[in-house]
Amino acid sequence: MALQTYIIHSFGFEWYTAAFDGIVSSILLSAACWLINNNLRYYQPGKGNYTNILIWCVALAAICMAGSRYILPFINRGDQVYVNFMSQSMVIRFFTSFLAIGWMAMISMIWYGQQDQKENERRKSEAEKLARDAELYNLRQQLQPHFLFNSLNSINALIGFKPDEARKMIHQLSDFLRGTLKKDDQQQVPLTEELQHLNLYLEIEKVRFGHRLQTEISCDENCGEAILPALMLQPLVENAIKFGLYDTTEAVTVSIRAEMEGSYLVIMVQNPYDPKTSRPRQGTGFGLSGVQRRLYLLYARNDLMETHANDNIFTTIIKIPQL
Amino acid sequence: MTKALIIDDEPLARMVVLEYIQQFPQIEVLQECNDGFEGLKAIQQHQPDLVFLDVQMPKINGFEMLELVENQPSVIFTTAFDEYAIKAFETHAVDYLLKPFSKERFNKAIEKYLAQAATSTTPAEPKETEKLLEYAAQSPAQHERIVVKTGTKVKIIPVADVQYLQADDDYVSVFTQEGSYLKNKTMSFFEQTLDPRQFVRVHRSYMVSVPEITRIDPYEKDSHLAILKSGAKIPVSKTGYVKLKQVLGI
Repeated sequence: MALQTYIIHSFGFEWYTAAFDGIVSSILLSAACWLINNNLRYYQPGKGNYTNILIWCVALAAICMAGSRYILPFINRGDQVYVNFMSQSMVIRFFTSFLAIGWMAMISMIWYGQQDQKENERRKSEAEKLARDAELYNLRQQLQPHFLFNSLNSINALIGFKPDEARKMIHQLSDFLRGTLKKDDQQQVPLTEELQHLNLYLEIEKVRFGHRLQTEISCDENCGEAILPALMLQPLVENAIKFGLYDTTEAVTVSIRAEMEGSYLVIMVQNPYDPKTSRPRQGTGFGLSGVQRRLYLLYARNDLMETHANDNIFTTIIKIPQL
Repeated sequence: MTKALIIDDEPLARMVVLEYIQQFPQIEVLQECNDGFEGLKAIQQHQPDLVFLDVQMPKINGFEMLELVENQPSVIFTTAFDEYAIKAFETHAVDYLLKPFSKERFNKAIEKYLAQAATSTTPAEPKETEKLLEYAAQSPAQHERIVVKTGTKVKIIPVADVQYLQADDDYVSVFTQEGSYLKNKTMSFFEQTLDPRQFVRVHRSYMVSVPEITRIDPYEKDSHLAILKSGAKIPVSKTGYVKLKQVLGI
């Protein structure tokens, strides 16, 4: 405003005229800027859709110019020199307004664009977190009703002639279920705790199929304290039982072996299977793909699980990075 | 005297049935079987009147075993399984017992069986059992394998190994690399149970596994021949050709 006043004054007009010109032009210009800013706050043009903005800027600049043209001569009525000056300076006034408004438009566009983007990112990360939680929850919730009801049926049988064993099995089943329910997905537990939990499960299966299930669990001394996500091994062993025990008729041995390899805890689960009737290599089976997905969600890596099938032995190996 | 068998892969589960059945001196349990294969043998050997049958068992499940039995006995299913089959049980089996079941519930099932046995000379309604098996055929296991009997042996054919099926009077021949097997079923049964994206009924008497086809040649007027990897030539009718083109997306 001061600048404009000074410039007009330097053209030989009185201070009073120059100041008034400056004030009116500035008010008009501010109004235009405010308008375009407000407009852009609620309406973000799509990419490459800047023609609209350009048209807006041109129109607003024209309005500013017209405003100056018709308001200012009222003040200096009869001042022919000033009116001439007005007509001559129209073009330069127009371009100045246009540049100012365009600049304002650009600034607001960038500012609001950034604001929007921040908001979007926040929402996106929140949605991702929710989805991840839900997915992890689902992956964990694969407690098999089949297992539960068959176990209850075994207890029912034991009550008749071996009440002590029935009682023991109820305790094992309760401990197992509690362990499944109370654990949080994000929780990291020591290997010994996870193995204890697995043992409960395997003991129950031994009561059901005692005559033909054998288990071998070995754990190197130095990896008992190693940590892994809670219930990570459960689906692996369930899978081993499903193909090794539920789908075979002979005696079977399911083995679990844990060792440290550098900064990784490596766990190997092995079970026999019959390649003629079961086809665990068709994909990785639901239980196993769930484990792979979970490893991916937790560590963002797809190379932490591998499976091998040969000589009627199915092997699953997972590696848990130790942080 | 009623002759009965118990077929279940869990010893404790068989024990429950044994214990409960002691109240019925008119029912004699001839044998307990560990799995479907043993069950099949025992059924042929003893020709029982009543079978307590578990559904989920190793290698072949209870339904698949029943498919292979010629003179079907009355069946009471004992299962922890509660998915699709319940409906089938309700309408077509003598009864079904959801594990764990109470003595009262068990008694009810036996009474139901005894009442049915008393009113008819052939307590097992073969038609009902057939319908039950049709329902059961919709189970996921039966989409993945076909169970057949060759002589006294049971053969499990993974669906992926099947090249084509050929109607053969009341039977269907299942062709694989190792040879062909007869199955006591109709073409329409397989049309319903097998994955329609893999198996196409290309002819009144033929169903073919699409991945096995190497090329399709025009044959006589309006008909074609599908040439399989094995070299087999399968006739394709006019409507069969249309279906095949749909599946292949051409």
